[in-house]
Amino acid sequence: MTVSRTTRLVLFGALVLGLGVIYFPLLVVLLNSVNADTTFGWPPSELTLEWWRRAIGNEGARSALWTSVRAGLAATSIALVLGTMAAFALQRYRFFGRDSISLLIILPIALPGIVTGIALNNAFRTVLGIDLGLFTVVVAHATFCIVVVFNNVIARLRRLGGNFEEASMDLGANGLTTFRLVTFPMLRSALLAGGLLAFALSFDEIIVTTFTLGAGLETLPIWILNNLFRPNQAPVVNVVAAVLIVASTVPVYLAQRLSGDTASGGRL
Amino acid sequence: MSPNQAPSVAPAPAGDREDAGTGPAVRLRALRKSFGAVTAVDGIDLDIARGEFFSMLGPSGSGKTTVLRMIAGFELPTSGTVELAGRDVSRLAPFQRDVNTVFQDYALFPHMNVIGNVEYGLRVKRVPRARRRERALEALRTVRLQELAQRKPGQLSGGQRQRVALARALVNRPRVLLLDEPLGALDLKLRQAMQIELKQIQREVGITFVFVTHDQDEALTMSDRIAVFNDGLIEQVGTPAEVYERPASAFVAGFVGTSNLLSGRGAEQVIGSRGVYSIRPEKIRVDTDLAVPARDGETGATGTVTGVVYAGATVRYEVALDAGGQLSVVRQNEGTAAGAPALEGSRVRLVWRQEHSFRVSEGSGETHR
Repeated sequence: MTVSRTTRLVLFGALVLGLGVIYFPLLVVLLNSVNADTTFGWPPSELTLEWWRRAIGNEGARSALWTSVRAGLAATSIALVLGTMAAFALQRYRFFGRDSISLLIILPIALPGIVTGIALNNAFRTVLGIDLGLFTVVVAHATFCIVVVFNNVIARLRRLGGNFEEASMDLGANGLTTFRLVTFPMLRSALLAGGLLAFALSFDEIIVTTFTLGAGLETLPIWILNNLFRPNQAPVVNVVAAVLIVASTVPVYLAQRLSGDTASGGRL
Repeated sequence: MSPNQAPSVAPAPAGDREDAGTGPAVRLRALRKSFGAVTAVDGIDLDIARGEFFSMLGPSGSGKTTVLRMIAGFELPTSGTVELAGRDVSRLAPFQRDVNTVFQDYALFPHMNVIGNVEYGLRVKRVPRARRRERALEALRTVRLQELAQRKPGQLSGGQRQRVALARALVNRPRVLLLDEPLGALDLKLRQAMQIELKQIQREVGITFVFVTHDQDEALTMSDRIAVFNDGLIEQVGTPAEVYERPASAFVAGFVGTSNLLSGRGAEQVIGSRGVYSIRPEKIRVDTDLAVPARDGETGATGTVTGVVYAGATVRYEVALDAGGQLSVVRQNEGTAAGAPALEGSRVRLVWRQEHSFRVSEGSGETHR
């Protein structure tokens, strides 16, 4: 298709504007994390690493980071196991209610976080009688982390097709050996991609977390929210926000690379 | 159905197996398989001799692939038994059976290269690395692919993948090699070349081949014996010549080769008795001189040519018999006839030797030989 010069300029302008709206504010956060001016005057008069030093020394931020990492890893682990099992069940077997179950698994990612949050909060406290804590956050995050793992694995299974497991067993490998030498290697990159996305989702989640986190605990995003409007904490908040940006971007970038890595059947 | 007699074509000796055991390579007894309410295999008895190239031929849904999968161990029989060299393996897992399969889609492991695929069976049986390399390369030589050992399956053509799948199965020196329509995905020229090559390889290695196909030409070309499947049952077992020249049922006559059946009033008038009779189209002669009397041992019938199909090497005539019924006739295109199409609409006399029309059992069902 040929496009006139004017159209091309307009489209390019729209692209720059769109990406600018998204990424310029993020850039400002990154810059402000090294801005020497505590009132964040623009443009920065002087650059400093003082805020980074202070953030690293900040007890609250450090423990919040630790909480986030633990919650993310635990939720991701649960999601990897359950999401993979669900994908296998739905891809390999035909059973009553298969399509409905597929929908029910994917639904949590589309549900408003506030609804999931309130529902889980109620269920945990009043129905199940579980005190809110790290465990409840992990379970809550796992509900939507499963979705990305499930989607990645089922897409891989669909693309692979074929009867590789049968071929493996036919050649003399038992179930365990077949999983170790054939099934797992073929799923490895899909699992890694799904896991990274799941971790990224969990790491910056705030709404569901608010409703399911126990008293005295803070994840990184919650810590930011709590400290955002305290003037003396503002520079440190910028640093933590910058860390969050990087921590969320890298896994998503890697996951995208891995998902695109199809021709080799997952070499990682 | 009684157990089958010894095959008319003497099978080659079963290679260099020392632990040969007793009994035929494969013995199926009253084998049945149901999937819910659907019966895929409805009670099959079959003996496949050692070293035989045996084809299971039938339309899709006739149960042939299900039988293959029960021999391999991917499906467990609903009832009945599968024996390999006299040993009952009906309930054993695939990895406990001394058979290997070449899959229709080859199922080569995409994350391993060619040599990795071929030596997989030896690797899981813990054959030492050097030894299994050697045997894998030997298997690749058998299928003439040793120079592609380091390629990934994704970098191979369809025909090459097919050979890798064959080498991957053969390297284990199985008692029986199962092939599930392995040539289905190849184009016609390659398929014909592979038919000859597969048959050669089978003779070289001396392993029993059980070959599933819906292609009658393929089965006739390659097999020592053929079992014709229909609707979960075996209609006939025999050599290619037996199945083609003496189809046991109307179904076999129609599925293997072109169906040319005479029945009812037509059969009564032409052949002299009621029943269903089969005549191969190429056995019939067309005579434009209606007055010539039938010679000794020949049967004749008059009719009108309703269609002429020119197919290059052959010409096919559709003839409506005066006695009722329709016959196809295929003649070599000898180029001497003064323009075959001119016959359309004209009156002709069809002549064939009496032994070429024979009675077949009506429809499908169990048949006796």
